[in-house]
Amino acid sequence: MKTFFALLERDITVLVRDLPEFVVRIAMQPFLFVFVFGYVLPNTGQVQSSYANQLLPGILAASMMMAGVQGTAIPLSQDFGAIKEIEDRLMAPIRISMVVLEKIVMGTLQSWIAGGLVFPLAWIIMRNNLSIHVQSFLTLFVLLFLVGIASAATGITLGTSISPFKIPLMFATIIIPMIFLGAAYYPWHALTNVSWLQKIILINPMVYAAEGFRSVLTPQVQHISQFYVVLGLLVAVVILSGVGLRGFIKRAYS
Amino acid sequence: MEKSVIEINRLTKIYSSDSRRRVEAVKGISFSVKQGEIFGLLGPNGAGKTTTIGMLTTRVRVTSGDGHIAGVSIKDEVAVKKLIAVVPQQNNLDRSLTARENLVFHAKYFGVPKREREQKADELLEMMGLGQRQNDYVRAFSGGMAQRLMIARALMHAPEILFLDEATTGLDPQSRRLLWDKVRELNAGGQTIFLTTHYMDEADELCHCIAIMDHGKVLVMDTPTNLKKMVPGGNRIELELGEASDGLVEALKELDISGEVSRHDEADKVILSIQGDQSLIAGIMRVIQAESADIFGVRLHQVTLEDLFIHLTGRRLRE
Repeated sequence: MKTFFALLERDITVLVRDLPEFVVRIAMQPFLFVFVFGYVLPNTGQVQSSYANQLLPGILAASMMMAGVQGTAIPLSQDFGAIKEIEDRLMAPIRISMVVLEKIVMGTLQSWIAGGLVFPLAWIIMRNNLSIHVQSFLTLFVLLFLVGIASAATGITLGTSISPFKIPLMFATIIIPMIFLGAAYYPWHALTNVSWLQKIILINPMVYAAEGFRSVLTPQVQHISQFYVVLGLLVAVVILSGVGLRGFIKRAYS
Repeated sequence: MEKSVIEINRLTKIYSSDSRRRVEAVKGISFSVKQGEIFGLLGPNGAGKTTTIGMLTTRVRVTSGDGHIAGVSIKDEVAVKKLIAVVPQQNNLDRSLTARENLVFHAKYFGVPKREREQKADELLEMMGLGQRQNDYVRAFSGGMAQRLMIARALMHAPEILFLDEATTGLDPQSRRLLWDKVRELNAGGQTIFLTTHYMDEADELCHCIAIMDHGKVLVMDTPTNLKKMVPGGNRIELELGEASDGLVEALKELDISGEVSRHDEADKVILSIQGDQSLIAGIMRVIQAESADIFGVRLHQVTLEDLFIHLTGRRLRE
């Protein structure tokens, strides 16, 4: 257990050192989005002011997902790259699966920090147009927990299967589509008229994250039921953790 | 020096990415390493040295056979990792951390108590000549510095066995010498060291025992001195003379030499090759003086491990 916490401490040390960079990276994109779509456009009458209610849970989910994925996929991809920087940590006296667990904990942590940063930011900018009613804090915490782990597990899966040179490509082909087709900027039910898309995107864990936050923060917006949200997130966590663990072990041994 | 700390028994590694491509990198090798010695695995690139070290250090999965480190099976990964430390060929220092942090975090992974790890980091940074650079990020370190820091890192948890995998490859001659000195210094303090190299001079100078490996097999294993004795002919002295009368050759043969005196005539000189080492030179010179022969040169040909490798495989080490 000492080894596990030492690994965690190493990652936290590095994260804290790069904190300003981390904050800018995590908050800039949601900030601009919220500013334009939640403040500028409603105040100039181009979108309805109630759009803020649809946007906030989605932005929260997207930011958390991004942070968890980036926080694990990018360092892992580099660690396993040409220089194999992770070797010293693989040589630590601990099972390899525990090293993976440490990475998931770290990714989850980053995802929560992102949520903690973006939520107040979004609220300040859009507060005049928002009506938030937290239905149940318990459900909210369960969702935060699951979304954090799902994002980290996605990151492990991507980080162990993509070479460091392909990171820009990973953003273009996986992360950006995940966000844009993840019901972040529109509720899933709004897609009824584009039903083929509505069905396809159910494989995207982002959908459950965004809809889940809608169900608990802005329940007045039509959303997927909490049962399916939790189920969807659980399935994503199980599958992605499994695939990520396999990928990690495959890379760790030769 | 007698207790074995590494014992391997018919260790085999087969890489098979798919059913058609099947590479037998290590073919059932067996040997043991004694406590307190510097053991060297010498062989050309691709001989299976790194795969062997990989299996002993839990980074490569064993296909068949077994190995024990200080009595612990290499299949018990976590227990083995506690006993060993590895200095790889490539710089795999943690680039997000400073030199000192690299050492301290490594010790933390192994549960070394705080006071001990700080003290040990001080000592090792000093020993490796890196005290001045301890708070610098390792990104900017030269190859030699990185290699010394990796050795310091490896020693932070006081391993039973220190593995050096081609640790001097790519270093300039001066850094290489410095590293050799450090290795000897550590061994003098009782550290068992297992190294791989494709430099025969490195193996010869450092190791107490050498196993020569080629195509996944151990060809021979012994002390460097005994290994070199296996080369037929042994050490030779070559004389370059203006000419060599039969009387001279006879007189040379009467010296206490074990083998033949062979003669090779060239256009303007004669080369005589005599089996033996430097102890014969004084005697040879007396004969030459007595016969008042013209001498242009004397060369001592000492048998190297390279000669042995050529003798065993018909190829040079670097081919």
